[in-house]
Amino acid sequence: MENVKEEIRQYILAEFLPGETAANLQDDTPLRTSGVLDSVSTLRLVSFIEERFGLEVQAHEAGVENFDSIDSIAAFIKSKGGPAS
Amino acid sequence: MEDRLAAVHLCDYLEGSAARFPDRAAAADPDGTTLTYRELDERANRIAGFLIEKGVVPGDRVGLALPKNTSTLAAVFGILKARAAYIPVDWAGPVERLRTILSDCGVRALFVDSRRADLMTSAETVVVVGAGGAVPSQTFSWNDAIEHEPSIADTDARQSDDLAYILYTSGSTGVPKGVMLTHLNATSYVDWCSSVFAPDENDRFSSHAPFHFDLSILDIYVPIKHGASVYLISDELGKNPKDLAQFIAARRLTVWYSTPAILGLMAELGDLDRFDYSRLRLVLFAGEVFPVKQLRRLVSHWPAPVYYNLYGPTETNVCTFARIPGAIPEDRSEPYPIGWPCSHCEAMVLDFDGQIVDGEAEGLLYISGPPVFSGYWGRREESAAVFLERGGVRWYNTGDVVKLDRNDGFLFVGRKDRMVKRRGYRIELGEIESCLYRHPAVAGAAVIAEHHPETGVKIICYVATSGDTRPSIIGMKTFCNRELPAYMNPDVFLFVNELPRTSTNKVDYQALVRLRQSAPPESAKVPAG
Repeated sequence: MENVKEEIRQYILAEFLPGETAANLQDDTPLRTSGVLDSVSTLRLVSFIEERFGLEVQAHEAGVENFDSIDSIAAFIKSKGGPAS
Repeated sequence: MEDRLAAVHLCDYLEGSAARFPDRAAAADPDGTTLTYRELDERANRIAGFLIEKGVVPGDRVGLALPKNTSTLAAVFGILKARAAYIPVDWAGPVERLRTILSDCGVRALFVDSRRADLMTSAETVVVVGAGGAVPSQTFSWNDAIEHEPSIADTDARQSDDLAYILYTSGSTGVPKGVMLTHLNATSYVDWCSSVFAPDENDRFSSHAPFHFDLSILDIYVPIKHGASVYLISDELGKNPKDLAQFIAARRLTVWYSTPAILGLMAELGDLDRFDYSRLRLVLFAGEVFPVKQLRRLVSHWPAPVYYNLYGPTETNVCTFARIPGAIPEDRSEPYPIGWPCSHCEAMVLDFDGQIVDGEAEGLLYISGPPVFSGYWGRREESAAVFLERGGVRWYNTGDVVKLDRNDGFLFVGRKDRMVKRRGYRIELGEIESCLYRHPAVAGAAVIAEHHPETGVKIICYVATSGDTRPSIIGMKTFCNRELPAYMNPDVFLFVNELPRTSTNKVDYQALVRLRQSAPPESAKVPAG
């Protein structure tokens, strides 16, 4: 399902990129290393993912390796037993 | 009351505690590494010996571009023991900004993290700290410094008005400005902390703020003065409310000090009820207004400690304070006051014509006394502009508008200029505009700030572009991320054909505020789902 990626995309656009065109936020667009997400907005995104997909995300899992793109976030959700993208 | 531990130099505090409590833990890293007072003092003596041998003389500046840990703390004291001043910077910050700071005050030596090869030519003597990365041949290693023969500058020559450190803050022209602080500026404040917070050697202090932030002065020197322990919190740990909540309980911290932002996040996301905080006796916050709803939530989880709101710009450090009463009424929504002047300084309020405000009208807050800084490094005119002589006394104009409440002390009203605070950091909106103008597609830029009672300050950029293609918002954020510290990265970008201007052709900020209010942020959102 593409739904996971799409939900994450819509959440990031609405919360952190008001006014941005959805097409500019690609699955592989860097999020942390580009400054789209900072430490506080990453916490909010993690909190959203925990609630939406019923997961628990440990602090060490919320770093650049899992949260630097929609692709990596979706893969991470899948690895935690959440819905596959 | 006589303060038996009073000092001329900040390193007198360390030397005093090293003599009284040589084997007690002075400082600890999150991984459990600790330095006793004897170890910290000896290491600092060796670093001082190294610096002196490399030609660092009293009055020189020495840069610190390092993550916060016990080694960095030893370097701070090593620099002070050479009678030099330390210049702490954000080791992970944008390279151009850091180079500007290090060359502005002309650092003689630099301690730099091994991951920052791009800064390794910024001083005559460079000490590379940490493993990994290619280390240029002309630099020194951390071991060269800490294995050097100990030697410190003549202690009899210590003067209370020697420069101790320079803290760089946002400058409105786009270039950061260096606030020069002397030993007296800091010790007068540390000694005031002793009188109000009554610390002793059994206290366990947090150190949450980075060393380039003025909150670190209390974090470092109050525990060191009293033989207490300071628990240094890394950048990574400091940003994580859940881990931090656990850390405070596990280390049985007794004194917490930070900006309201992380306290608010801990109250919201930290699951505070999991742990025992019975040791925590003081919670201090400063740097910006604490939204009352978040503060109430925090107090409900942590009912036992005494809470203080501390107020003051970097130029004075804390100069007024207010004790927050135990329970926060459900119907209270206005922020708590900044309170009454600390006993080590004097305050006065002048109206906008320079007349003393009598009664409860608004005016600008001025501060005088030993904590007031000596000036901005290399900026004679700008320094002169913030001081006022009155009655033979030099007063610093904080630029903050306050009004007096006879019962509660001063209330913070706002600013007359374009400086805002976010996560405790000062931001000159002009510095963000200067950055945006460096973007090749930007023809005009104007930045405003919005204050949200729940979430704090939001930075809104209006951008007029040259050429036909508009850059993406992600592209703008990426650009700012490279040029500016993270706390300055704007929240919202709005593109306009032209910036509104006043009749004198200046950017009409009031018109932008009205434009923003007439188009609520929701309308800019992409509909979900």
